[in-house]
Amino acid sequence: MVRTVLLWCFVFLLVCPCLGSAAFAQDEPPLPAGLGSEPSSEHDEPALPAGLAPEGKTAEEPVLPPGLTIETGAEQEPTLPEGLSKEVTEQEALEAKEPIPGPLFEFSGFWDARAGLRTQEDPHEKGASLGETRLQLQAETHSQKTSVSLTVDLLYDPVLDRPCVRLEEGDGFVDLREANFVLTPAGFVDVKAGRQILTWGTGDLIFINDLFPKDWNAFFIGRDEEYLKAPSDALKVSLFAGAANLNFVYSPRLDADRFIDGRRISYYQPGLGRLAGRDAVIEAEKPDDWFEDDEVAVRLYRNVRGYELAAYGYHGFWKSPAGTNPSSGEATFPDLWVYGASIRGSMLGGIGHAEFGYYNSEDDRSGDDPFIRNSEFRILAGYEQEVAKELTMGVQYYLEHIIDYDDYCRALPANIPKADEDRHVLTARLTKLLMNQNLTLSLFAFYSPSDHDAYLRPKIQYRIDDHWSAEAGGNIFVGEDEYTFFGQFEKNSNIYSGVRYSF
Amino acid sequence: MTKIAWLGFFFAALTLITGASVQVAAAKDLTVQEIVDKTERVSYYQGKDGRAKVSMLITDSQGRKRQRQFTILRWDQPPPGQEGDDQYRGDQKYYVYFHRPADVNKMVFMVWKHVDGDDDRWLYLPALDLVKRIASKEKRTSFVGSNFLYEDVSGRNINADTHELVDTTQNYYVLKNTPKEPEGVEFAYFTMWVHRSTFLPVKIEYYNDRGEKYREYEALKVETIQGLPTVTQSRMKDLRVGGETLLQYRNVQYDIGLPEEVFTERFLRRAPTQYLR
Repeated sequence: MVRTVLLWCFVFLLVCPCLGSAAFAQDEPPLPAGLGSEPSSEHDEPALPAGLAPEGKTAEEPVLPPGLTIETGAEQEPTLPEGLSKEVTEQEALEAKEPIPGPLFEFSGFWDARAGLRTQEDPHEKGASLGETRLQLQAETHSQKTSVSLTVDLLYDPVLDRPCVRLEEGDGFVDLREANFVLTPAGFVDVKAGRQILTWGTGDLIFINDLFPKDWNAFFIGRDEEYLKAPSDALKVSLFAGAANLNFVYSPRLDADRFIDGRRISYYQPGLGRLAGRDAVIEAEKPDDWFEDDEVAVRLYRNVRGYELAAYGYHGFWKSPAGTNPSSGEATFPDLWVYGASIRGSMLGGIGHAEFGYYNSEDDRSGDDPFIRNSEFRILAGYEQEVAKELTMGVQYYLEHIIDYDDYCRALPANIPKADEDRHVLTARLTKLLMNQNLTLSLFAFYSPSDHDAYLRPKIQYRIDDHWSAEAGGNIFVGEDEYTFFGQFEKNSNIYSGVRYSF
Repeated sequence: MTKIAWLGFFFAALTLITGASVQVAAAKDLTVQEIVDKTERVSYYQGKDGRAKVSMLITDSQGRKRQRQFTILRWDQPPPGQEGDDQYRGDQKYYVYFHRPADVNKMVFMVWKHVDGDDDRWLYLPALDLVKRIASKEKRTSFVGSNFLYEDVSGRNINADTHELVDTTQNYYVLKNTPKEPEGVEFAYFTMWVHRSTFLPVKIEYYNDRGEKYREYEALKVETIQGLPTVTQSRMKDLRVGGETLLQYRNVQYDIGLPEEVFTERFLRRAPTQYLR
């Protein structure tokens, strides 16, 4: 049986090309008037691909038995160009390289090494801003209604020599990024429980209603952007209905930012009235009672014809220290309520977004407590467009407005620099892709006309091949004063480079 | 003149053609409009939905090879009251889940294709749990660094070109397509060889304003899946700079009953694994 089929295929292979070329030569009609000056050879008729039978040939083709059609399909087609079968083999070889399937889990990850230097002397910090290597391992398994994921980073970081592993702060040689499971108990419900990265809101590197923890240290020293987001230990319940969708996130204990505390980045210490770093590491009284010092974040959202509308609520704490305990002098995380909304959608050939939030500093409602940050309004508007081929530009305007500013001014101790009532920030992002999108040049700039400071993030990244990539970049801070938000980090300006192998 | 949007080879794997239309196709007196409409339909719109696993092998001008692997899901917006209409050629939704290279593993690209107006595009970055909106004005840029363009992926607007039937051979309709707004595109015109009985585009050649061919698409293999001819291998060549992208489709299936909800933020953040296998 098999031999008969093969024989037919062989005969077919011999006969078909002759038939085919003869048929094409004879039957191709002359070009119509108007194209007559062009020789007909310009319209070289393409060979029929495998699977498309030429007219008039079908009768002569051997009829393959059912079930063999596909398997022998490639062989019976006479019109495949020379060399194709080699490429197909190559292609098939590639197919084996999907995420490594284990007996239960799929594994993937990367190895990354990077180093950075300060561009100026900082008397309060080490000369190296960054020098570390990490191995990230991801494991994932899923069925139709459940999935489990685990992402763990093994880190060697001699700059911040903290051998003691503290998972919540991300200290030590283990950084547990994700350890969670997802359940779909009913068609309209998703439940995700455990350690997870959470993000929402519309800002580009500006967060108003996203009160999930950030790692500002990682961001400022030149780790990959993914490390700006620190993990939350939370329960996320999502309900999906036609009218609107609801996300409810409960963290039983405050997941604070991995904030700037002086250990690796120097900062302005208002109590001392000067820049400080490793000599004055911030000691914070972090609220840490389970189920009491908890956080709730809610988002109600809906997509109306491509326009994404959302309303947000949050009850918890300022995520980085926003107060001082007057008796101990330690930094505190005062209570915070946030309400906000956002919209995002297509606009003028690009993407527009707007977001606002009202930050109610619950422990200082009247705004006259000098030891607790006042309530604020925060507003953001942005627009992004592809301005030329492979060149994208985004701009944003951001405002922080202090409520009860007069009370704030009256209560402020005389030696502490006064913040403006309105802090204006403009951002710009430029991204250019080159060399088949393997080379990315980007610049993100923050500029505050009210604080007279700026923060520039230039970066160049090259994908060497499907596994290796290399990058170099900088974090450049400039400011007139040493107490403004970006200005205080001027001495932390740094350049870095890194290499990564993904698998 | 008639017009079509038809760089549909990329999604040809996801399309269906009914047995009836194959037979009708044999008729000689099709107008250019009809050919063009059928080609568009075959290229993008057959069936209500579909999926395929796609492998891309990108070879640059210096012979360096890179691969992309992703699963693609497609869903056609059913016209009100006409579900299952075979002639539908309207809005669609696409979900592209990346497997390889490793640095884009689990990333998702989603498109809501609008026939009138700009598409809506999203990108989901799993490491940041970030749902990003992508500005989509420029359509003739490379899709994931390959020789295929976004417009090859989501379709060139039906009204963007004028079309003439320059030749009818035994197997092909040969169409010449000229952009109405040449300043917006890099080609002066392109010719398309449409297989007469299936309306699959088998070869597309792009010419610049000096009349030189600089880009070429070829369907390399067609398989009949669920009774429907489907391009399962194709290639786009850059004849000017050099380099090419080879595409292969596997596990192609049609009418799998995809819910529209798959194409929402919920499933960007939580991949619909049962449809991605």
